[in-house]
Amino acid sequence: MPERLLALLLVFAPLSLVSLGGGPSIFAEMQRQAVEVHRWMPAGMFTDLFAISRAAPGPGSLIGALVGWQAAGFAGALVAALALYLPSSLLLLGIGHWWHRRGDGPARRVVERGLAPLAVGLIFAGVLTLLRADGAGWLELVTLGLSTLALLRGVSPYWVLLVVGLAYATLQQAGAIGSGG
Amino acid sequence: MSNPQRPQAPLLEILRVFGAIGMASFGGGLPGWMHREVVEKRGWMAEERFLAGIALGQVLPGPNSVNLALYIGQQLRGWAGAAMAFLGILGPPFLFILALTLLYGWAGSVAGLGVVLSGVAAAGLANSLTVGLRTARRMRGLWSWAVVLATFLGVGVLRLPMIPVMLVLGPVSIGLAWRFARHA
Repeated sequence: MPERLLALLLVFAPLSLVSLGGGPSIFAEMQRQAVEVHRWMPAGMFTDLFAISRAAPGPGSLIGALVGWQAAGFAGALVAALALYLPSSLLLLGIGHWWHRRGDGPARRVVERGLAPLAVGLIFAGVLTLLRADGAGWLELVTLGLSTLALLRGVSPYWVLLVVGLAYATLQQAGAIGSGG
Repeated sequence: MSNPQRPQAPLLEILRVFGAIGMASFGGGLPGWMHREVVEKRGWMAEERFLAGIALGQVLPGPNSVNLALYIGQQLRGWAGAAMAFLGILGPPFLFILALTLLYGWAGSVAGLGVVLSGVAAAGLANSLTVGLRTARRMRGLWSWAVVLATFLGVGVLRLPMIPVMLVLGPVSIGLAWRFARHA
């Protein structure tokens, strides 16, 4: 078991620092390592875990914890998560600390104002990237559109999630949409 | 250093808010949840500072939503604030997703749930799309829109590597912000 924990550490700690752009850029390499290199799970299982981690609350990158869990139980999940999150977090906090200490001058305002439209563009790009990764079809696109309209009109996201979950479960029970997978 | 007009966030409140976001954000869309709780409902942070955190969190390595939570926690209350945000956004969902995987182990597959999972994932994405549309609507100046469009086309549609795109558009956008701030 210690060898497996070490293997997890060696897979996830480098991923933490090369995972530019976050989630989607890590998934492909994570899958290659877990399925092909270390054979911790079959490919179909990784696909299932991806679906679970996308739907579950919290960051989608928690799929790393699931890979660790599959490889070496609870200790594996903990090692994978810490290896995935700690290196990048320390780097971000180091840079954030320096940024924070510079105070609230007009230069900082200008930089923030300049970064804002980049962030908005990245948000839209991220939505598109995840739609592709999810393999979304017309039903998902309609769901996305209607949910967004509801949210923009001030409906609580709790309600949106509840209604969508129930609607999909009902449609599936009625046999109106495929049995997934 | 902190803006006197904004309420200071208590550490335990940061832990509670991020823990609640961590457990509520089915289907992801965490930037949307954070924007709603931190900027809109509590007014702990100005919108442009929040957006700068999104850009920073994406350009630096690491999962974006965790980076954003750390940035918010740190800007609000330094290292302790960052630790609270980190624990809140990761702790509860970590335990929850392990429990979910136990169920999956018993059921053998997600075949029966696949459709519902995809629906929840699509609804979760709506949170991200919403915060994008809301913040875009509040932006001023044609140059902002041009930068939004260029970023979306480059990173999203053409799938160019993000870092080079940011290295080109970042300085351009900050330069434009500086120019238009002086002439405003």
